[in-house]
Amino acid sequence: MLTSPLARAVRMGVKSLLLHKLRSLLTSLGVLFGVGSVIAMLAIGEGASAEAQEQIKQLGSQNVILRSVKPPDDAASDQQTRVLSYGLTHADRRRIEETYPWLEEVVPVRQLLQEVRHGTRVLNPRVLATTPDYLEVTGRPMMAGRFLSDADELGVRNVCVLGWEVARALMPLTDPIGETVKIGSEYFTVVGVLMPRVRLDDDPPEPGAETTGEVLIPASTGARWFGEMQVKIRSGSREIEEVELHEIVLAVRSPEEVDETAAAARTMLAETHDRRDYEVVVPLELLARAEETKRIFNIVLGSIAGISLLVGGIGIMNVMLATVTERTREIGIRRALGAKRRHIVLQFLVETVVLSVGGGLAGIALGLLIPVVVERYADLTTIVTPEAPILAFGISVSIGLLFGLYPAWRAATMDPVEALRHE
Amino acid sequence: MEVGSPNGRTAEAALRAVSEPSRPVAELHEVTRVYRLGSEEVRALDGVTVSFGVGEYWAIMGVSGSGKSTLLNVLGCIDRPTSGRYVVDGREVSGMDDDALSELRGREIGFVFQSFNLIPQLDVFENVMVPILYRDDPPADAEERAAALIERMGLGDRMRHRPTELSGGQQQRVAIARALINDPPILLADEPTGNLDSRTTEEILELFDELHREGKTILMVTHEPEVGARAERVLHLRDGRIERIEEGAAC
Repeated sequence: MLTSPLARAVRMGVKSLLLHKLRSLLTSLGVLFGVGSVIAMLAIGEGASAEAQEQIKQLGSQNVILRSVKPPDDAASDQQTRVLSYGLTHADRRRIEETYPWLEEVVPVRQLLQEVRHGTRVLNPRVLATTPDYLEVTGRPMMAGRFLSDADELGVRNVCVLGWEVARALMPLTDPIGETVKIGSEYFTVVGVLMPRVRLDDDPPEPGAETTGEVLIPASTGARWFGEMQVKIRSGSREIEEVELHEIVLAVRSPEEVDETAAAARTMLAETHDRRDYEVVVPLELLARAEETKRIFNIVLGSIAGISLLVGGIGIMNVMLATVTERTREIGIRRALGAKRRHIVLQFLVETVVLSVGGGLAGIALGLLIPVVVERYADLTTIVTPEAPILAFGISVSIGLLFGLYPAWRAATMDPVEALRHE
Repeated sequence: MEVGSPNGRTAEAALRAVSEPSRPVAELHEVTRVYRLGSEEVRALDGVTVSFGVGEYWAIMGVSGSGKSTLLNVLGCIDRPTSGRYVVDGREVSGMDDDALSELRGREIGFVFQSFNLIPQLDVFENVMVPILYRDDPPADAEERAAALIERMGLGDRMRHRPTELSGGQQQRVAIARALINDPPILLADEPTGNLDSRTTEEILELFDELHREGKTILMVTHEPEVGARAERVLHLRDGRIERIEEGAAC
């Protein structure tokens, strides 16, 4: 019985709250949902932002990516078959290399529209013709075998590197290294497999489906077998596109040089292209933009959560004020029996904190459950950081203290004589 | 057994006459308590000077509005005089802050109320323990003492019962046990038998007689002359002043 006054106060508080179970439950619901939504929203926000950042990082933070973009249709071009020529050229690439010799790497990427077959399995992955430096600038590790080499490039060899997704879909049971795949009408030997982009536990794509995986072949081999023309069938009309390079990846030595390089590339391309048939993608800028988006997201979430917690706190205060009035006589009795003001403050403050912490703990459970459900049914990545439940717990304690203080102070400053007379 | 004529004596004379035998445990000197009701001033106590000796049994009587409740509140240190001095056990109350006053009433004064005023959500044992919890230095044997007091009140088998499960007389005995838990020298009783039937009234009054014999100072507000008759002295209040002090029946 004679344990510490605080432990005793907590036990007393729990006891009084249990006398009115429904009231206590309803009162703590505000904090419950407030805390639950804080944790859930933080988890979803973290997940979305982590996913975005991961995608941006895969582009390479020290890269500037120049990309061919199909320009808007000219009004005059409504003939059935036409050749549309646009985008980055080998000339662009050479000019960049000559003008900016300090660039670490300049990697051309050409995307080919070719089927990839192995036995009876057919896929339509991105077939990229590029140089051996591609691996370094994208920072992707190899899973097995080797990447394209300078010898492959110079020898115009029929070799290819498969993305893990492609390898898995084409040859689920055999080791792909050394196997032969057919790209378009040519046969290529598989020399390596790239690590998957995201995670290993993703389901392999269905054979024949559009996939996220890719197949890489030497730039020289690509130019030799597949030329510069691509035929696209679009809504009944045939459209022939001529694109020399789909991407030029410029790698710089340090992140500080990114801005300057991007600006220089923009200037140069603006001089040589009379149409906007290209875009300059700066992953570092995207990263900054993603950070900014996350910041705004956090502010909005924080405000919503703050308001819901405020409402929860006011609900608690409201009920506690009613409780104090209801128990005026008890307060008078306790004061007459020697209770000091601080004893009364402690008694009611503890009750409020127990209410809000109870709601907070239930809210944490709810907040941990929601991301699991969201992940399962909405296919969103969620990340519960360890800080989130701690923060939420701190918030619920603070709400109890903040909104309990006034009712407790009201109780403690009552005139004992008046309180005893209260019916 | 009245001593002297009730009409002829002044309060001053009465004070001199009765305060001689024992050391005072509670002394009021020219105590005034003024309430303000809007612009109206109500003098609930108006210059009360009286001294209560150790171990004495007093009844405080008067019509409603005579100031007896205010007097009891001041004596119990839950109300402060507007002016005048109040000394409990040699300590001047006027200058005390709220904490010191609370500690004082916890230790020196045991309250017994007309409506028992037990805390409904606590059981008998917990109710008796309440004054202990608010002491700065709770005694180690408090639980044993509480149990012993409840036994003495004949409620040993009701230790874990809620007040609502008890009769009025039983509740009042719990309240008395609670008043005694800190072993205070003074017991203040505000119409302790007001809500009880005559048989239970008798039981409770006998209990007070017994406590008086054990040396407690008992100050009991009542409006029933037969209750007042059991006290050694009866203080009659009228309009906030001491009208007269009767020497009553000692037990």
